[in-house]
Amino acid sequence: MKILTHPTSSVDSTMMFIFVAAVLTMPIWLTPIGAAYPDLMQRFVIFGLFATGFNILFGLTGYLSFGHAAFLGIGSYTAVWSFKLLGMNPIPAAIFAVVVSGVFALIIGYVSLRRSGIYFSILTLAFAQMCYAIAYSDLIGKFLGINLTNGETGLRVLADDPRIMDGVLTSGIDTSALTVNLFGLDLTHTWVWNGFQFNAGFYFCAFVLIIASYIAMRIFRSPFGLMLKAVKTNQNRLNYTGVNTKPYTLAAFVISGMYAGLAGALLCITDPLAGAERMQWTASGEVVLMVILGGMGTLMGPMLGAGIIKFSEQKFSTWGKPELHEFLAFIPDGIRDTVVSVASLFVGSGWHLTLGLVFMLIVIFLPGGIVEGGRRILMIVTGSNRRNRQIQAAAQAAE
Amino acid sequence: MAILQVRNVNKRFGGLQALNDVNLSVEQGTIHAIIGPNGAGKSTLLNCFVGRLTPDTGSVMFNGKSLLEITPHEINQAGVSRVFQTPEIFTDLTILENVMIPTFAHRDGSFKVNWWPRVDKEAQTRDHAMSVLDEIGLVDKKDVVASALSRGDKRRLEMAMCLAQDPKLLLLDEPTAGMSRADTNATIDLLKRIGKSRGITKVIIEHDMHVVFSLADKIAVLAQGAVIAEDLPENIKTDPRVKEAYLGEEAVA
Ligand SMILES: Nc1ncnc2c1ncn2[C@@H]1O[C@H](COP(=O)(O)OP(=O)(O)O)[C@@H](O)[C@H]1O
Ligand SMILES: [Mg+2]
Repeated sequence: MKILTHPTSSVDSTMMFIFVAAVLTMPIWLTPIGAAYPDLMQRFVIFGLFATGFNILFGLTGYLSFGHAAFLGIGSYTAVWSFKLLGMNPIPAAIFAVVVSGVFALIIGYVSLRRSGIYFSILTLAFAQMCYAIAYSDLIGKFLGINLTNGETGLRVLADDPRIMDGVLTSGIDTSALTVNLFGLDLTHTWVWNGFQFNAGFYFCAFVLIIASYIAMRIFRSPFGLMLKAVKTNQNRLNYTGVNTKPYTLAAFVISGMYAGLAGALLCITDPLAGAERMQWTASGEVVLMVILGGMGTLMGPMLGAGIIKFSEQKFSTWGKPELHEFLAFIPDGIRDTVVSVASLFVGSGWHLTLGLVFMLIVIFLPGGIVEGGRRILMIVTGSNRRNRQIQAAAQAAE
Repeated sequence: MAILQVRNVNKRFGGLQALNDVNLSVEQGTIHAIIGPNGAGKSTLLNCFVGRLTPDTGSVMFNGKSLLEITPHEINQAGVSRVFQTPEIFTDLTILENVMIPTFAHRDGSFKVNWWPRVDKEAQTRDHAMSVLDEIGLVDKKDVVASALSRGDKRRLEMAMCLAQDPKLLLLDEPTAGMSRADTNATIDLLKRIGKSRGITKVIIEHDMHVVFSLADKIAVLAQGAVIAEDLPENIKTDPRVKEAYLGEEAVA
């Protein structure tokens, strides 16, 4: 008989503590595996945030959105506009990005949630592609006669932008470099200690991720989160139980849209540039992969999934035959050429092939993702026969 | 006083007259049984009470308020809970969570973004859910995932979910179907008990004559969408029209 027990608050606190420690020490423990570049670490954290928010919608309610990259892009554009108008401080940029993406999520969610299942997914996809087209051709900007998204070139901060708060907040500091700064602290700055690189921008993003993860944890364990899980299991019963499921799903949609907008704003910290490609459907699909790979409906899974995908992207997409020869040096010379030429299909521009294969293996053999895999290993190791709930595969969840 | 008043309800599915000018009056605090052969329209009638279907004509009044213009969750918040013919439960969640959800819905209303407190620290809701589970005999299985329950236990869980809301009117669609004789008797006892202690009005659709005659204060007989008799159990037993339409082939318990 399937028994399910939830972590107590002290278990959650311990988990949160380990998580915070792990995030803050990333520049150290990622060094041995060659992933401690500030830029890559920021991507881990930002996409971890994106996936965590997406999981509140997809993992809890089962509604599979194929359009969340739209909110990522909206967050980026809003942030760059905040830099242009208000100044290079990331805090107003992040706040405005959350508000604006929340408003867009409210509208898009309200319409899309009139349907469920595949129709909901298609509606979100359609909305995201519309947002992409509008941003890419700057349709609204053309209509209003201003440069709203700057089309295919992308929106960036220019020297003659007003940046009205820069003079006030950072008086005496040279802000002509147009880099993002937190009350004068240049977020592109990196301190080096014993060869480890501690980057200010990374720590800003890490701080945001920690707060956002804590909020996600509260949602997961709350009565509100329980209602969202009930939506996924039996929306019909919930309606006949006196619950109006529409606002619950809409709230989940808006919250996940806000997380995406926040992630979009953070993407502009190192490079204050927003482009339409951030909204493309491939980016929407990627966050789905992250959540499923890590384990949908689990707290830490989406972050793991995001880290693994961004890490593999960085590694495999830059590899070519020389790297493969080096990596596979243990294989005898005669066979190695053949192995390398086969393997080379899966690296470089073909790394998506690897991603696709890994994804298929996970969905077929480990529908609960990496977290479920870890749980199974733990159960084998500890010999425990307590069976935890199997997290449903993506296809079923989309219902 | 009639808590539920059904007047001249008609429902047609294409060429089929599923409900034919149904009139029904359910008194406060009583158990009202609806019997009738398969396909008589019993479930269809309940669907018209909870907002799953809207009758073509007629009225359904609950406590003097029409149930026809409001949505299922509003009907439930007004005090009407239903146990379905095929159990509708949260199969991925535990028994305790299944009962806590209606308790939260009863306390917080139809929507509340209650995201800060932890479910496991909601002692009052938990205690309430546990007491209902205790009453219904599922307390030992509180951490079991609902999909793992037997058919009979799923029905009892659904009953617990409805009782957790302290409804004014409880609608039960064949609550003992798929239960063993022992479980059926336990359910009869339970329904009698809650009838007394909480004064919940119940409308119960039942096939099992033993259940019907041991519970009902009043019985309505439905045949081909029409109420052919509505009377006290002892009169129904001897009513020739009922015998002809329904009881004829079965031995009356
Ligand atoms: N949604 C529906 N659409 C079409 N026909 C229906 C629908 N619901 C019920 N019926 C038909 O109405 C009749 C009464 O069904 P029902 O109320 O389920 O009977 P029962 O008395 O066995 O509960 C049956 O013939 C059934 O096929
Ligand atoms: Mg029926």
